Amino acid sequence: MATDISKITEKSSWKDITMGNQIYGAGTSKAFMTGEWRTQTPVLDESKCTQCLLCTPACPDSCIPVEDQKRKDFDLDHCKGCGICAEVCPFKAITMREGQ
Amino acid sequence: MAIRERLSGNEAVAYAIKQINPDVMPAFPITPSTEIPQYVANYIANGEMDTEFIPVESEHSSMSATLGASAAGARALTATSSCGMALMWEELYVAASNRLPVALALVNRALSGPININCDHSDSMGARDAGWIQIYAENNQEAYDNFVQAYRISEHKDVMLPIMICQDGFITSHAVQNIVLLEDEQVKEFVGEYEPENYLLNAKQPMAVGPYAVSNYYMETKRAQRQAMLNAKQVILDVAAEFEKMSGRHYGFFEEYKTEDADYIIVMIGSAAGTTKDAVDKLRAEGKKVGLLKLRVFRPFPAEELCEALKNAKAIAILDRAESFSGEGGPLGTELTTALYHAGNTAKVVNYFYGLGGRDFRVEHAEYVFDELENKDDIEQYQYIGLRE
Amino acid sequence: MGNTVEIRWHGRGGQGAKTAALLLADVCFKAGKHVQGFPEYGPERMGAPITAYNRISEDEIRVHSNIYDPEYVVVVDETLLEAVDVTDGLKEDGAIIINTTRGADEIIPHLKGYKGRVYTIDAHKVSMATLGKYFPNSPMLASVVAVSGVMDKYAFLREMQTSYEHKFAKKPEVIEGNMNALKMAFDEVKLLEEASPSDNTENE
Repeated sequence: MATDISKITEKSSWKDITMGNQIYGAGTSKAFMTGEWRTQTPVLDESKCTQCLLCTPACPDSCIPVEDQKRKDFDLDHCKGCGICAEVCPFKAITMREGQ
Repeated sequence: MAIRERLSGNEAVAYAIKQINPDVMPAFPITPSTEIPQYVANYIANGEMDTEFIPVESEHSSMSATLGASAAGARALTATSSCGMALMWEELYVAASNRLPVALALVNRALSGPININCDHSDSMGARDAGWIQIYAENNQEAYDNFVQAYRISEHKDVMLPIMICQDGFITSHAVQNIVLLEDEQVKEFVGEYEPENYLLNAKQPMAVGPYAVSNYYMETKRAQRQAMLNAKQVILDVAAEFEKMSGRHYGFFEEYKTEDADYIIVMIGSAAGTTKDAVDKLRAEGKKVGLLKLRVFRPFPAEELCEALKNAKAIAILDRAESFSGEGGPLGTELTTALYHAGNTAKVVNYFYGLGGRDFRVEHAEYVFDELENKDDIEQYQYIGLRE
Repeated sequence: MGNTVEIRWHGRGGQGAKTAALLLADVCFKAGKHVQGFPEYGPERMGAPITAYNRISEDEIRVHSNIYDPEYVVVVDETLLEAVDVTDGLKEDGAIIINTTRGADEIIPHLKGYKGRVYTIDAHKVSMATLGKYFPNSPMLASVVAVSGVMDKYAFLREMQTSYEHKFAKKPEVIEGNMNALKMAFDEVKLLEEASPSDNTENE
């Protein structure tokens, strides 16, 4: 049975880490909250948004979820605040505010 | 029933590969190992085995593909020599640290330059710190037997490390000599199927191989890797014992040839050890107490066992077939001298170099070394045997 | 060790001296001997002088060095007599076998005072007569068996017949020619007559 890697921390003994640092389980990056790195936060003005969806593929961290052909609000758990979405929006519907 | 044959060392290893029938063999040709993938490709074309053979564009690729196949869950291997191994350098370390139990049929050849295609151990000795198990052969029989044992060692759950099965380029790889082969069924049963606990193509248990390790994890990872190498010692002996039951041929970390009461012992690796055996017999007939210790397993280094075997010798000559350019001896010389020091052994220890770039090592050379050990008080360290002064 | 017969072959790259050495190892293996057959280790280039070696023994062979003091030397190409020291280390109670049509006067001067037996064979003649093409391998192989006695002639021919039947399974018409080349070589390989009285005196 594969080791439960969620139990491995920076305090684990060498005897407890996985062989060759192998990671068992899929999508483990979801548990890694990169949103903590953010110094600027994107804000969506829904009145200006036309749902053109140009922002979605531009996001390097896949933080603009789409459902039923419409974008939802940002996934702020993982958004690093890079501002690319604000740059690419043709309708100025996204602005960056300082801070988390 | 044992099968009596006559094969070159390359044919012998290719035959072992055929009998094992691994899943994947990526390879790129380089002298003197070229014949191994060539024979294997023939066997596949003739329908005698069904290994997936991948012709690649370089050794960097052959080892990369071997690792990829192994991570995916396949039993994989490749073959190479010298500069080919040098081009695999990064992947050698990746194989060991990712704990991929692949096999490498290495046909030892001098690593340039000056460019040279003949035998010495500078290729594998250069890679001695890469984390691979290294097993060396005196002749075609040992190269074959070692390969049959390879996966049983590397794939053992306490080990899971890559393994290098080495033989001397041209000297054994291209010399046709008598050999006793095992039957296909025996090999198949002995080696068994590879059943990795975790592998990339297992849809039920997704996984990632080879992630980045930050400083907080790196040393722990390396310590675990070291443990695997230490564990390999017992596994090597257990596999050898099982192999002996099947074949009648005995293997260990090293072979002790007439060392039991020997005052003067040569320690060396590879084909030249066979030549030294004839010198030992000749000198024994003259009443001289000489012996040979032929090292088979260099990684893991069996320091404790070597010191025990050498504890009664008055003088020990360590013969290296690779320079290290430290100015203070070769790889075997340095490691064994260190081990002897820690064991409190105070015998005279002399480190020689021989056979670089295919320089012939003759019975007379072994006699010369024994003569120095016995009769000379102030022996020059780090001599090159057979050098023109 | 003691009972090992060592043979050194001199040829040129592409003439099959290495193949002949491997064939000799093969046939002696079949006769139950311990054998070694190996080329001089190095790059092989068409036309360049090459050396190949055999050790034949009743016991396991452990030495892996080249051969320096052979019992027998085989020279597949007579032009090597000028280029290579073919008798170097050759034992006096052994013999040298040369593929040539030349007589003693032309050969002896190249042998550096070698006092052992000198045999010659015209492998070209044998090969043309039996195979219609020039393949010096088979005649030279038979010659070294004839001169060295490493194995019995009839056992040798029997094993070679089997080996050719296997090797030429798809070309059975060439088996007879090759067998005839071997048999004819046994008759054609000759001890060289003394060159001249003066040479003879010198050798005394």
